[in-house]
Amino acid sequence: MSVYESWDAQRGAEIIAENSHVEGATLVILHALQEAFGYVPEAAIPMVAEALNLSRAEVHGTFTFYHDFRRKPAGKHVLKLCRAEACQAAGGDAVAARAEAKLGIKLGNTTADERVTLEPIYCLGLCATAPSAMLDGRVIGMLDEARVDALIAEAQQ
Amino acid sequence: MSSLRIFIPRDAGAIAVGADETVAALEQAAAKRNATIEIVRTGSRGLYWLEPMVEVATPKGRVAFGPVKEADAASVLDAILKDGPHALRQGLTEEIPWLKRQTRLTFARCGIIDPRSIDDYRAHDGYKGLERALTLTSDAILADVTTSGLRGRGGAGFPTGIKWKTVAQTSAGQKYIVCNADEGDSGTFADRMIMEGDPFVVIEGMTIAGIAVGATKGYVYIRSEYPHAIEAMNAAIAAGRRAGYLGSGVCGSKHAFDLEVRVGAGAYVCGEETSLLESLEGRRGIVRAKPPLPAHKGLFGKPTVINNVLSFAAIPFILAGGAKAYADYGMGRSRGTMPIQLAGNVKYGGLFETAFGITLGELIDNVGGGTRTGRPVRAVQVGGPLGAYFPRALFDTPFDYEAFAARDGLIGHAGVVVFDDTVDMAKQARFAMEFCAIESCGKCTPCRIGSIRGVETIDRIRAGERVEQNLAVVEDLCNTMKFGSLCALGGFTPYPVMSALTHFREDFGPAPTSLQAAE
Ligand SMILES: Cc1cc2nc3c(=O)[nH]c(=O)nc-3n(C[C@H](O)[C@H](O)[C@H](O)COP(=O)(O)O)c2cc1C
Ligand code: SF4
Repeated sequence: MSVYESWDAQRGAEIIAENSHVEGATLVILHALQEAFGYVPEAAIPMVAEALNLSRAEVHGTFTFYHDFRRKPAGKHVLKLCRAEACQAAGGDAVAARAEAKLGIKLGNTTADERVTLEPIYCLGLCATAPSAMLDGRVIGMLDEARVDALIAEAQQ
Repeated sequence: MSSLRIFIPRDAGAIAVGADETVAALEQAAAKRNATIEIVRTGSRGLYWLEPMVEVATPKGRVAFGPVKEADAASVLDAILKDGPHALRQGLTEEIPWLKRQTRLTFARCGIIDPRSIDDYRAHDGYKGLERALTLTSDAILADVTTSGLRGRGGAGFPTGIKWKTVAQTSAGQKYIVCNADEGDSGTFADRMIMEGDPFVVIEGMTIAGIAVGATKGYVYIRSEYPHAIEAMNAAIAAGRRAGYLGSGVCGSKHAFDLEVRVGAGAYVCGEETSLLESLEGRRGIVRAKPPLPAHKGLFGKPTVINNVLSFAAIPFILAGGAKAYADYGMGRSRGTMPIQLAGNVKYGGLFETAFGITLGELIDNVGGGTRTGRPVRAVQVGGPLGAYFPRALFDTPFDYEAFAARDGLIGHAGVVVFDDTVDMAKQARFAMEFCAIESCGKCTPCRIGSIRGVETIDRIRAGERVEQNLAVVEDLCNTMKFGSLCALGGFTPYPVMSALTHFREDFGPAPTSLQAAE
């Protein structure tokens, strides 16, 4: 689990200033903001635009294009299940169905208690030890029902 | 007493099956026995069914144990200390047949050296290619790359020598080297493995490119799904700078070259080179129309060499005097070796680097040992989500760009995903369309809308609705996508869809009776 700071405009401005000197800085800044706050707060978009001398629409466009960037905080734990072909071939469909049933949510959602966000991911590059998952940045391979259950129990704690 | 040297991968694939826990358990067991051990975290050898693999240095070479789970660590350590037998003992690593029958040129060091140690890299022939390149003219470097016959390993197979020459011939003040480490294809992990297991070889290859074309700055664009690779590359770049291999005077020469890692944000299309450049510039990853080629107008409008990780990683061997030797491997116009990745439902999955020409059947049945589930192999997808599904009937196809193309398939980044006989090929065709819809950059209508229509139509077919008519719609959509798309995301999605339809027609519902056909 990662602990994030709560949004603070001054802290946001600092992060933006720290990263705006590099070439093509938009993604670098968005990543840095998300790393600090767990998502990219709406209020940060115009600040990024101003720092980089871009229009608000350009930064917003970049922000919304990429699957990684969040508009709001995720659950306390994020469980990403690989849904790409190599994992499908190795029983990934059953693993995903099991996780959805256990958590009572579909992929792409967060449990009502905001403990667990369950997301699809298209390939973790662990395709010889499929099916795979990532729990809060930790990689797990060779998933079967027992391992999925254990992961979910861990995430629900 | 000198301490025992034990090697355990820090590769993400090994960590995913418990390598870190095994390390902790080994350390504990050693402390209990008062044994002094030194654990070196290497890359993976690529024999993933044996991960976590534990190796120990012996006078005869490294001896392997695997898969060594946390619970096996103590008994494995006892076997190591007594040089005794153990059920997980695999003998000398280099003699394991799966490894022995490979030709490891690009992956020669992966799994052997400590990826955090530039000294270890140098002790294993590292930087020989750069040292020689520094004594050559740009033309001589380009000649070596051309002689090797190296074609881009990212998928399209474009000759690397020609690409570099194009950039070398431009006269811009600023040029760039970009390493495409977006590796989005399911079933591929060679880029990840080499970045984690031998990052300096990628850096050396990029540095040689910089010297050859006159570029002083490079970027490595790594997908965010690869945190371990990002860490490894950043550490290696820092070490390279400290040792004078990167920076204002590379190895004391007049050439400047430096590198920076940039992290993607979960968009498959950003593996496409122009989309990647847009992303590096901080924008939406919308594909650019070509021309202009990136070689003429690439990153920030400057001439840019953009190559796959494995293309750069092949360069140091070639420049260290191996151009001719490299070209001597392979078949037809596919020269050298290919790091093939066996994935999915396969018994012996992992990285198998070999000369082009091995047949698909040999790869799946002999090397891969068939499926992990033990059921018959029914379909194999080669080349990622844009690659075709091949049935057993095509297993005589040799691994070669042209041979695959002749059978409406592609090698791509050489990922091979094995499926057993429980696979539903109509579902796989649907997924191909769905993936295209999710990942489309949105620039062309056939890709953006066609893929969504494709999903809907295949859903109808799977529900048994007007099967023949809807199959004709799918075929029509595929043709429109194939010919009306700007890049290979929309353009090649028809490969998995049409190959599923052609080779596995029975999965799409009953074939028409003569009566229906006459309708
Ligand atoms: C949708 C799409 C995704 C791609 N993904 C990758 C990728 O992840 N890695 C890569 O090296 N090339 C990828 N390519 C190919 C690149 O566009 C380009 O051909 C390659 O980076 C050139 O390097 P090479 O000549 O060394 O292969 C992709 C192409 C398309 C159309
Ligand atoms: S084919 Fe698809 S991904 Fe490629 S440029 Fe067109 S819309 Fe974008």
